[in-house]
Amino acid sequence: MKRFLRYTMLGGALLAALPARAEITVGFVTSLSGPASSIGILYSNGIKAAHLYRDAVAGETIRLIQLDDGSDPSAATRNARKLVEENKVDILIGTSSAPSSLAMAAVAAELKVPMIAISPINVEASQSGDRWAICVPQTPALMMKAVTDRMAKNGTKKVGYIGFSDAWGDLVYNGAKAAEAGGHLAFTTDQRYTRTDSSVTGQILKVLATKPDGVLDGGSATQGALPLLALQERGYKGRLYGNPALVNADFIRVAGKSAEGIELPTGPVIVAEQLPEGHFAKAPSLAFRDAYQKANGTPSTDSFSAYAFDAWLIMTDASKRAMAAEAKPGTPGFRRALNEAIFSTKELPGTEAVYSYTPASSFGVDARGVVMVRLQGGTWIYAP
Amino acid sequence: MDLDIATLLMVDGITTGAVYVLLAIGMVLIFTVTRVIFVPFGDIAVYAALTLSALEAKHAPGTAALVAAVAAVATLMEVTSLLRHGKARAVPRALAFYLALPLAVSGTVWAASGTDWPMPVRIALAIVAVLPLAPLLDRIVFRPVADASVLLLMIIAVALHFALAGIGLLCFGAEGVRTQPLTEAALTFGDVLVSGQTALIVVAAASFSLLLFLFFNHTLTGKALHATAVNRLGARLVAIRPERAGTIAYLIGSLLAAISGVLIAPVTTIFYDSGFLLGLFAFVGAIIGGLTNYPGTALGALLVGLLGSYASFFSSSFKEVIVFAALVPVLLWRSIATTHSEEEIEE
Repeated sequence: MKRFLRYTMLGGALLAALPARAEITVGFVTSLSGPASSIGILYSNGIKAAHLYRDAVAGETIRLIQLDDGSDPSAATRNARKLVEENKVDILIGTSSAPSSLAMAAVAAELKVPMIAISPINVEASQSGDRWAICVPQTPALMMKAVTDRMAKNGTKKVGYIGFSDAWGDLVYNGAKAAEAGGHLAFTTDQRYTRTDSSVTGQILKVLATKPDGVLDGGSATQGALPLLALQERGYKGRLYGNPALVNADFIRVAGKSAEGIELPTGPVIVAEQLPEGHFAKAPSLAFRDAYQKANGTPSTDSFSAYAFDAWLIMTDASKRAMAAEAKPGTPGFRRALNEAIFSTKELPGTEAVYSYTPASSFGVDARGVVMVRLQGGTWIYAP
Repeated sequence: MDLDIATLLMVDGITTGAVYVLLAIGMVLIFTVTRVIFVPFGDIAVYAALTLSALEAKHAPGTAALVAAVAAVATLMEVTSLLRHGKARAVPRALAFYLALPLAVSGTVWAASGTDWPMPVRIALAIVAVLPLAPLLDRIVFRPVADASVLLLMIIAVALHFALAGIGLLCFGAEGVRTQPLTEAALTFGDVLVSGQTALIVVAAASFSLLLFLFFNHTLTGKALHATAVNRLGARLVAIRPERAGTIAYLIGSLLAAISGVLIAPVTTIFYDSGFLLGLFAFVGAIIGGLTNYPGTALGALLVGLLGSYASFFSSSFKEVIVFAALVPVLLWRSIATTHSEEEIEE
């Protein structure tokens, strides 16, 4: 009898040691330090808001583990590996720069864990033909098409380009240049500068020498204001066009009057309050704004945190369907079911776009996910 | 390119070059006196700019807390070292210099931060706020290894730069800042319009270079610094303390860095990590001057500014490449033209 009791107690202890709860574990990687941190911190705020907004799916709580990648792709790789192998996460979300996100996607494919990329990356199918990562943001090509359409509508024919001398500058330029095929407009310059430059006078002189009707700014955040300030200094009066990376409170502060009237493409969340009733993004965006304010104590003014929020919406929507398929979180079976569920997401409205994914592509956003806005008196005005 | 564009680019290049001149002269000063290639020099300039911006926004600048923390560490090290060497009598003096003085500075800046001061006061506060940083860091980081090789000192300086850039992110945040313009005035020379800001930068660079020249040639402290720079051992023999000379060099160097930071902040957006490239361009200028020669350094720094400006017009994507590539012929020429003395080889 005594022995029986001892064995039952031992068995009970063993059972207690096993994870009884089948919570969903989310591994989130972002850049809280290093050059990508100005975006990475926003992603972190966005995921905090998302976790507050929805912390359980079908009765299972969601556990969030956040790691900093220091803006370094190799650290992002290490973090992704650590999250999967040590923390046994069911899904990866990350990160703030495209190279780091690509590095994480490679780990996700290797370890067969679904991943939601919150930077614009193109995920290739693995050799066996399956994909393990989707990309949330609108592609730069989609965004820039909205700008070039607007240029055609405004009658802007000769456009000068000045942008960053990095991958982002290339994406903006190539995305916009694709419109030259339509014959409505032509780019006269491809000038580049770096984030740490103290002057763009040389580049702006070159742009103005071609007498453009419009100038497209391919910079990002605060330093995207530099070309606009130089244009103002030289008395430029033509139209201004921008790219989504300029949507940033500090950009408005630094650029001041020089950015007045700039038109650029962005996700609908930026102008959530101004959207017409019945617009798909209105309800999710306002819910996001509310959750963001509660989670971080400050209002949200950017689009990056909204990508993290949308990643969470896609994840929770897919987990619901994956759990309906009788898969238990924490098992390889659940990861596969979750991945399949993510890739069969249909018409899910988020703050930035309507998401529909198919196994054939990791992009799931269409033109509904882009709105044109204009900067007027220091605020972004919805300009459909 | 017509004449108009060429003149505009020249004005732009001279403006940027003038900022590099201040930084490069400070770097050379610190290098000659302490043998440290002070890589984080640009960070000091950036700290001044970010502090000024924080004061404009009526935030308490992170520099105040940072200086207090660094001062505490430096004091601890200094007092421990004094006690271990049985120099307890020197402790009060060390406390005054390493703790009381920096704390008074950071306390003043902290207390002043909530008020809307006129611009000259804000600028003075921003400059004073960063001044203690480099001398204190010298005490903490470089003095314990003062006799190490130039290479080791430089590697430590690189590490210090990364630390300072990280601390900058912590103290000031990831976003860039741009401070209010120092002046709205504009001058015209013939057809060329020169903004008052540009003129101010050039005048400041010229006058501080002149002041430094006078300081070295007409004051005892200046001559002591010069002597330390020429020969540390010899200076020690004639009762000049290299540590004190080093501290003064760091102080003057930080003053130059802080001034250039304040001057450049209204012209461009400054990020917590902008200092590295600023420092690097200034360093290229300093190398053109051979790292010892002030007029050569000033010319070199101006050249870097001009080169950058014209390069940004002709091939903007290769601007940095063009400027740094200019180093290669300079280094080649220097290695052929200069003969190495026995003393340098020994080191």
